[in-house]
Amino acid sequence: MATIDTDIRHYRQLLKHYIEIRDEESLYGAEQISKAFIKNNVPPEEIINLHIQSLSELYPDIPEHFQHSMNFLLEIMISYGVAHQENHSLREQQSELMSEIAVASNMQDTLLTTTKPDVAGLDIGVVSVPAHQMSGDYYHFLTGEDDSFGIAVADVIGKGIPAALCMSMIKYSMDSLPKANVSPKTILKNLNRVVERNVDASMFITMFYAQYLPSESKICYASAGHEPGFHYHAETETFEEMKTKGLVLGVSPDVDYWEYERTIQKGDMVILLTDGVTECRQGDRFIETEEVLEVIAQYADLPAQEMVNKAYKHFERMQDFQLRDDFTLIVLRKEV
Amino acid sequence: MDPTFCVTIEQEWDIVKARQLGRDRARDIGFGTVDQARIATAISELARNIYLYAGSGKICFEVVEEMGQNGLGVRSLDTGPGIKNISQVMEDGYSTSGGLGAGLPGVKRLVDQFDIQSEEGQGTEIRVMKWLRKLR
Repeated sequence: MATIDTDIRHYRQLLKHYIEIRDEESLYGAEQISKAFIKNNVPPEEIINLHIQSLSELYPDIPEHFQHSMNFLLEIMISYGVAHQENHSLREQQSELMSEIAVASNMQDTLLTTTKPDVAGLDIGVVSVPAHQMSGDYYHFLTGEDDSFGIAVADVIGKGIPAALCMSMIKYSMDSLPKANVSPKTILKNLNRVVERNVDASMFITMFYAQYLPSESKICYASAGHEPGFHYHAETETFEEMKTKGLVLGVSPDVDYWEYERTIQKGDMVILLTDGVTECRQGDRFIETEEVLEVIAQYADLPAQEMVNKAYKHFERMQDFQLRDDFTLIVLRKEV
Repeated sequence: MDPTFCVTIEQEWDIVKARQLGRDRARDIGFGTVDQARIATAISELARNIYLYAGSGKICFEVVEEMGQNGLGVRSLDTGPGIKNISQVMEDGYSTSGGLGAGLPGVKRLVDQFDIQSEEGQGTEIRVMKWLRKLR
């Protein structure tokens, strides 16, 4: 209260000084007081009242109609004062929410931690960036008993917190799968059942699951309505879409998925992604898939991790550093 | 002076009457200009709620003296549809986002004490209290 009392006295002095001399210094002082009032949460009607009182003390013979007009102004300010207080408390609520989300986001990072498998002759690059604080994209590496490993890439339709909540469920279901080498189509079939039971009908999850068998240089894969992956043929320097069929997860309780396989030659790459990559926008225009592949081809000589980093930077810049959707890009390259 | 006095709210004009009476009472008790304006605004908001949502009701004033402190109590009574979810209407930003003005959280901010009771289909009673601050 002491500071407010000082401010009130100060206000009167400054006002007097300004009316007499009209110098910039008084106005600078006014700016400082104004900031102090805001800091102390002084409502606007109090300031008008302070002004009225200061004026009538400094100039006792103020015309009556002028005094009435000031009272009118005070009345006008009452609702502004209420709105001001409301904004103040909404701001506080917002910062509480923001810190809660930050905590949740950290939890999600811990939850979704996965390690890139270290397989001789195979170079793997991954980039996964959420559009907001929390991600609706998911990727996970599962190591099998031999050198084989699985890669899961999933995307919850939607983003932010609801998508992130959904994502955690996928993580738990994946963890509960038997450790043995389960085929991609069986994994999707099992996950579909979990998602169908636990997720609201308006939420969809797409997933691509690939299993790499180093001994046979073979990749087996299945997709639940996910963005198709691409196979880069080193020999012809061309990309081939890995066409798949399969219903998104959670639509129907009992779904069978198709499984595909292809052989990977030396220098070939497998590119897996989410629609945050293919639906990058330049202004109002969605980019074409060819453009994504062109960018990847441009960095094809780099190690896989550098390649995906460069590709991400390219699209981040193209979208003015504001991602519209979660972005996940994974590249596997067979080196020998 | 009659300790309680009520204004029936049926038309928009009645809101003005309630404001006027509330302001006069506040002035008589000794409230300053700013608090008079706050009291009038709170009454206005309560009366408008009656007029807009309940159709009819009343605003009652009561001059209170408690432990040497003077204050003005305002009671808003209606037999309208009632409020289903009170917590929701008391949330900041809930009614104001619809452009309805200060809303009940605003009324609460303008006074010292605020209490609301409502039964769906039976009506709403809101009691607010503004205390006269003693001069130091």
